[in-house]
Amino acid sequence: MILPWLILIPFIGGLLCWQAERFGAVLPRWIALISMTLLFALGLDLWASANFSLAPAPGGAPAWALEFQTPWIERFGISIHLALDGLSVLMVTLTGLLGVLSVICSWKEISKRVGFFHLNLLWILGGVVGVFLAIDLFLFFFFWEMMLVPMYFLIALWGHSGSSGKSRITAATKFFIYTQASGLIMLVAILALVLIHYGQSGVLTFAYADLLQTDLPAGTEYLLMLGFFAAFAVKFPVVPVHSWLPDAHAQAPTAGSVDLAGILLKTAAYGLLRFALPLFPNASAEFAPIAMGLGVFAIVYGALLAFAQTDIKRLVAYSSVSHMGFVLIAIYSGSQMALQGAVVQMIAHGLSAAALFILCGQMYERMHTRDFRALGGLWARMPWLPAISLFFAAAALGLPGTGNFVGEILILLGTFQIKPWIAVLAATGLVFGSVYSLCMIHRAYFGPAKAETAVPGLNARELVMVLGLAVLLILLGVYPQPVLDTSAASMQGVQQWLGGALSQLESAR
Amino acid sequence: MEFTTQHLTALLPLLITGATTIVVMLAIAWRRHHGQTFLLSVAGLNLGLLAIIPALGVTPLEVTPLLRIDDFACYYQALILAATLACITLTHAYLGGASGKGYPGNREELYLLMLLACAGGQVLVSAQHLAGLFIGLELLSVPTYGLIAYAFFNRRSLEAGIKYMVLSAAGSSFLLFGMALLYADAGSLSFAGIGTSLAVGGEAPSQLAQLGVGMMLIGLAFKLSLAPFHLWTPDVYEGAPAPVSAFLATASKVAVFAVLLRLYQLSPAFAEGWLGQLLGLLAILSILVGNLLALLQNNLKRLLGYSSIAHFGYLLVALIASKGLATEAIGVYLFSYVLTSLGAFGVITLMSTPYQGRDTDALFEYRGLFWRRPYLAAVLAVMMLSLAGIPLTGGFIGKFFVIAAGVEAQLWWLLGALILGSAIAVYYYLRVMVSLFLVEPSLQRRDAPQHWAQQTGGLMLLAVAGLTLLLGVYPQPLLALVQQAGF
Repeated sequence: MILPWLILIPFIGGLLCWQAERFGAVLPRWIALISMTLLFALGLDLWASANFSLAPAPGGAPAWALEFQTPWIERFGISIHLALDGLSVLMVTLTGLLGVLSVICSWKEISKRVGFFHLNLLWILGGVVGVFLAIDLFLFFFFWEMMLVPMYFLIALWGHSGSSGKSRITAATKFFIYTQASGLIMLVAILALVLIHYGQSGVLTFAYADLLQTDLPAGTEYLLMLGFFAAFAVKFPVVPVHSWLPDAHAQAPTAGSVDLAGILLKTAAYGLLRFALPLFPNASAEFAPIAMGLGVFAIVYGALLAFAQTDIKRLVAYSSVSHMGFVLIAIYSGSQMALQGAVVQMIAHGLSAAALFILCGQMYERMHTRDFRALGGLWARMPWLPAISLFFAAAALGLPGTGNFVGEILILLGTFQIKPWIAVLAATGLVFGSVYSLCMIHRAYFGPAKAETAVPGLNARELVMVLGLAVLLILLGVYPQPVLDTSAASMQGVQQWLGGALSQLESAR
Repeated sequence: MEFTTQHLTALLPLLITGATTIVVMLAIAWRRHHGQTFLLSVAGLNLGLLAIIPALGVTPLEVTPLLRIDDFACYYQALILAATLACITLTHAYLGGASGKGYPGNREELYLLMLLACAGGQVLVSAQHLAGLFIGLELLSVPTYGLIAYAFFNRRSLEAGIKYMVLSAAGSSFLLFGMALLYADAGSLSFAGIGTSLAVGGEAPSQLAQLGVGMMLIGLAFKLSLAPFHLWTPDVYEGAPAPVSAFLATASKVAVFAVLLRLYQLSPAFAEGWLGQLLGLLAILSILVGNLLALLQNNLKRLLGYSSIAHFGYLLVALIASKGLATEAIGVYLFSYVLTSLGAFGVITLMSTPYQGRDTDALFEYRGLFWRRPYLAAVLAVMMLSLAGIPLTGGFIGKFFVIAAGVEAQLWWLLGALILGSAIAVYYYLRVMVSLFLVEPSLQRRDAPQHWAQQTGGLMLLAVAGLTLLLGVYPQPLLALVQQAGF
């Protein structure tokens, strides 16, 4: 019974925030903080208590650490079916943590329409938790599409007016159209899968466990896989369809960027791991070289474009494209080690990107610009913030001792055993990563100062946020074992699905 | 044939609407009183809705060769009656309650015309014979001319009325000519008779019959405002008084689409040969033209007019699928579409209440509405999301059904157009929605009355919004209902 509460807490909390605004601007913040802390605590509690050796794997019905099911739309055999395994508990906990942070980091930034802001913020997080828990394909799609609306509001209403004449509404609309159109393609694929399953078994159902048993002809399987991939690729974002991301990040308020980079992008990777690979293993194996090629391209292209940015938030956004390229390679490598690395990389990137965006937000509050050309020489004028930024930039470039290093090295090692060239090319991303990260630090904090006046440093609230993230990132870097243990069974299932199909494909050639 | 109580029971909803019309007419003749006319109409329509329950007990039943009352007819009659009821409550708010403020002319006849048109719609959805179809269609259309031009002090309203009359008459003549050609070939006017006589021998129907069907399709496409026969729609939607636009978008279109569906299902000859492709082309054109032109609009009523063109394009996809889920998909989609249109036009109506010569329909007049009238703006936002087909709203369930029907029939091209159209549509729905939340302009503005939610129109609107959300999260009751409403 705890699973539906994970979703309901943010939704109910959001409604309370909205109504609480009439009693002042502080109450909504506290309600949001309390509900997010509750979500985070529940996630940690589940992580500590449940048995995560149970996870879906090929052959037989999927096993789950926790499951909840209640009928919903009987006409189509749709039920509210939630389940938890190692992968989802990690993602839910990350969502809770970033939820707490995004409430705290908006404490001073958002002063207009506080209640409505927190309604949207909490509903995004509710939708994301729904995506991580749903194993009925209709329910999954429901949450997948539903979280767009509050995100749209967040960018469109509380965003920053654009740097180069681009309005926040344009950015929000672009984000919405990209994800909505690709989502509809996935809906067509879901329905086609369901109807093929109906034709074979006579049972109309959207249940994950049943649809795994569908027997698909090769060509159809490939097309349906592409339908799923289209939706996930846009959210990922894979390079040809990434252009909404920098715009959305540049205009979004800090909390929006934190959620977008920290967890929304992870829903796509989660979707590939949970649905696209297990449902269409053979087509995915066939598609793997293309996907890995796209991943390598995203790594290099994202890094190069990050280097060329003048807006610090756009830089971090492009670096996200680059980092998520590693995850894409890992997912399609079919190696257990790389898949484990992908999980660590997802968490590490969630933490480090969130921290960088929070720091960007804090700098923006002080300097009222995010343009490198107007910054520079801040190291001497401002305590704390530049040094902490340096730490997270180092984390983003994969410095040993941080979680990012563990993730990237696992991905590269795992991939090297299978596709050495891909790993070699991907490793160049680390070099480019150092270039743009250090360049960011250099341009923003070193060099000649534009003014001599001192800028106020971080207060306790801001310091606790970023230092907490730094501690977590180092913890993940030096002792990633708890995370690896939790996700091991889930990743092993995925590996068996894809690995089996890959070796089948190999022998067929 | 002999009339038994059963027949009368089956006809009861239609009879009640007819009787209400006469009672309202006599009451107006006796005493002009706005409130009294409104109450009589509402009571009559509610009775008509209640009369559906006994009628369901005797279905399916042929009442004269012209009409067939089955579960399908009952479902759509209920939908039309409910939509008319909603439009009438909106009208009451719109014309103005107290004397002096509001519509300057005679207010009572609007109810009369709307009731007549409602009766026409009821005939139309029960028709199983071309003559029944024509009677129903004209009974629906002719009062509509008057309704559109009702605010005749306003040049736009008058112009829209005349435009609609001319084009609608042209559509009717196409329809009549098509029927004549079809009759010449098939020798029968009943839907089923045409179906059997055309299907004889297993060959494709003759050129004459195909031409006849094609012309009938054109006639019906005029009424449904499918592209390229849509030219009247934006002007008429803009010119007509807001509650009348609501009626046009809901009850009127539902009735015509329901009869098209019945015709299509009972006479499969409609799908033969190039006619199927013609329908497919109409669908794609409607989706693209409707959505693309809606992008350019700054007037909410025109925008909704174009969006309704696109929505009927989506519905055509389900119509062409014609097997399996299609009938249910259309039932669900029309239900959610009616709710959503009522909600959207309802907000426009309340914003224009009481009548002031011009409706509040420019997009900039809605800027920042959320911070002045939060609930009213929330209703409009929900309606926009529902039109865009976003989860948590009824529109999503409808779109889901239509896509499911299309996938089942493997109509990949049409689905491609649908996805493309939806992606375009998101842009203008979001534009409307976000303008509700933006900072208010300092310009002189118009607003709904402060106590809008305590009046029948406002209550109805809140109920519609609630139902849209309920349908989005718990659609099972409606799905079960629609599953029953077959032929």
